[in-house]
Amino acid sequence: MAGRLAGSRAARELARRMGFMGSFRAGLSNVGGGPSLPVEICRRDAGGVSPCISSRVTARPGGEFPRGKVAFVAEMEFLAELLKERINCYRVLDDDGRTISGSSFKEVSKEMALEMYSGMVTLQTMDTIFYEAQRQGRISFYLTTIGEEAINIASAAALTMDDVVFPQYREPGILLWRGFTLQEFANQCFGNKYDYGKGRQMPIHYGSNKLNYFTVSSPIATQIPHAVGAAYSLKMEGKQACAVTYFGDGGTSEGDFHAALNFAAVMEVPVIFFCRNNGWAISTPTSEQFRSDGAVVRGQAYGIRSIRIDGNDALAVYSAVHAAREMAISESRPILIEALTYRVGHHSTSDDSTKYRPVHEIEHWRTARDPISRYRKWVQRNGWWSDENETELRKNVKKELMNAIQISERAEKPPLSELFTDVYDVPTSNLREQEALLRQTIQRHREDYPPDVPL
Amino acid sequence: MAMAARRGATANRGQLVGILRGFSSSSSVVDSWQKNKEGIAGGKPLNLFSAINQALHIALETDSRAYVFGEDVSFGGVFRCTTGLVERFGRKRVFNTPLCEQGIAGFAVGLAAMGNRAIAEIQFADYIYPAFDQIVNEAAKFRYRSGNEFNCGGITIRTPYGAVGHGGHYHSQSPEAFFCHVPGLKVVIPRSPSEAKGLLLACIRDPNPVIFFEPKWLYRLAVEEVPDHDYMLPLSQAEVMREGTDITLVGWGAQLLVMEQACEIAEKEGISCELIDLKTLIPWDKEAVEVSVNKTGRLLVSHEAPVTGGFGAEIAASVVENCFLRLEAPVARVCGLDTPFPLVYEPFYLPTKNKIVDAIKATVNY
Repeated sequence: MAGRLAGSRAARELARRMGFMGSFRAGLSNVGGGPSLPVEICRRDAGGVSPCISSRVTARPGGEFPRGKVAFVAEMEFLAELLKERINCYRVLDDDGRTISGSSFKEVSKEMALEMYSGMVTLQTMDTIFYEAQRQGRISFYLTTIGEEAINIASAAALTMDDVVFPQYREPGILLWRGFTLQEFANQCFGNKYDYGKGRQMPIHYGSNKLNYFTVSSPIATQIPHAVGAAYSLKMEGKQACAVTYFGDGGTSEGDFHAALNFAAVMEVPVIFFCRNNGWAISTPTSEQFRSDGAVVRGQAYGIRSIRIDGNDALAVYSAVHAAREMAISESRPILIEALTYRVGHHSTSDDSTKYRPVHEIEHWRTARDPISRYRKWVQRNGWWSDENETELRKNVKKELMNAIQISERAEKPPLSELFTDVYDVPTSNLREQEALLRQTIQRHREDYPPDVPL
Repeated sequence: MAMAARRGATANRGQLVGILRGFSSSSSVVDSWQKNKEGIAGGKPLNLFSAINQALHIALETDSRAYVFGEDVSFGGVFRCTTGLVERFGRKRVFNTPLCEQGIAGFAVGLAAMGNRAIAEIQFADYIYPAFDQIVNEAAKFRYRSGNEFNCGGITIRTPYGAVGHGGHYHSQSPEAFFCHVPGLKVVIPRSPSEAKGLLLACIRDPNPVIFFEPKWLYRLAVEEVPDHDYMLPLSQAEVMREGTDITLVGWGAQLLVMEQACEIAEKEGISCELIDLKTLIPWDKEAVEVSVNKTGRLLVSHEAPVTGGFGAEIAASVVENCFLRLEAPVARVCGLDTPFPLVYEPFYLPTKNKIVDAIKATVNY
């Protein structure tokens, strides 16, 4: 049963009950450096080959090495490659949208609950319509977040506007939550003159300084160490804010993931590492991505407190991010969250995932495991939402989107001069020279160039 | 091997020039310069690592949001460039990082993206490659790809490069050419202690990502009078170190010492050599080189990095494009061989003064 929790002591308590991994004893926030070993997860050792460090270790004679004392043992025992059981997954709502008895979670007001719900619906609708627009040839590219709406919206809802976000590319919901309008999304996808990115990048590469959402870049996992540097800045400024970075299961294989987690732990910075483990990196299933028990166990390898959550459970996502944020800021430490979910859509409009996974699997997750309908049931049971509300919302969002797309499509592209600006803070002589030459070429061969880019 | 303080344009500014909380814009830095043709006024004799150390002290002193980090910087660094910084500025502003160049670069990008000056050290330029993605795909494109919503202009990566006499494959490399091919980056290479201090401060305060290659050979060997105040030297401005009329030589970093010696020898044989220190490789001062080549009609470029695809090729191609009718001879390149940097064979690999003298003569006699 959820109590009303406030403050970081309460957040720690909630975290403890949610099962954040680590040598996490109530009241003890300093987990590193001391002689105690993380014995809690190893309670289930059996006889014979021990699955992990024996809990009797601290009673044995030991010795000093750089970094402190270790206990010596006569038995040669290898740590098993996997624990006997997978790390547990925190959830609040069951598949039917009912709060699970005994679950602890951060309560949400009706207003917040509805904002979250309509955010999820808006995101889903936006995705559906933009995807269609790409199919119709109106935009060049798109990728959806279908199946991950709870991750997108609920995590954003648990953050504040001061928390700086370093996304991968499947998190436009964070921007949506923060106030990026459908028109602004459309402008970027069409690369028109209103696009803050000035038409330079492919669709879905959004960014907004005002909303503290760093511009998306295509390379995988490069944003993860950026978040650590940014968190260091926040810590030095003494701000009550953290950095948050999102990435998929595939991203955890990149060197930048490893580099970032290690740096974050050593530098003790307030950063949340949010892994969307949706089962697929384009066509590569997680069985071909890693052999660890997902991403959550890697946290401990770096000395980072971690949790695995049901990414399709809006309330679990909200609660976990809320607790993680409190810990990250008050204790100035990184937190790793692994949200288990499923990528219902194809990787992108350049992909057809039925080529590598069964259609029935996709359909199962699209319907029976849909995070939106699951959360909707909870919201409706509280008496906060009706079928009429639903129809109205979807109709309005769709209309707004169609309108935004029409406007975006008709708007001019950014002028040619923006091809050369922002390479440096001011254009250099070689760029000025190249612009002059290009303009001469365009004069001679106007037909080679798209007519919708103003010269 | 001491270097005489017979320098051209070193600005003597007692105070900072309009350093805003953001960054000095490149153009305002250049505008506020005055070339001091009389040379440096005063200053103690310092070697290269001490001059760099001074620059870092000043950088941290004048901006509370400047940070110095990298492998082993805490105790002073493997080349002593970061001596005394921790003691003076504390462990939160000057700190060791784990052994991970991609982490150093990625962390620097994030720190700079929040408006800080992130002065990152890569222990040897030979180890910069794991950071290549972060530098090329992220740092260099951060401003452009975001439409100037964001930038990480506060990033400066310092790294020792070049031959040291016994460095072999992995302690001698000159990888500047890789980075010269990346729009959005600046690449700067100083030739001496006084130059290094002024250029490094300019790099740190420049609102663009900069890679600063320090010629490790000169860390101890080069000693020069270095003014102890805060001063900057302009980026993208080459310097004519030695005037001449028969041939233009262009180089950077430690190689200029070798080229100077070659010029002295050539002079005795009646060849008047004009020697130019490029200083900034990108964006480079084409105009200065063209003015010189239009005067002399001949060009020779020299660098330690392997000749094929080295930055000399860019200079040669550009000069041929713009000065073709003036040229009396093909552009000569005296560079490292197309091999990994060898140990025992180092003297054979390097572009030595006599190789340069031979090339000067061949060009002049073409």
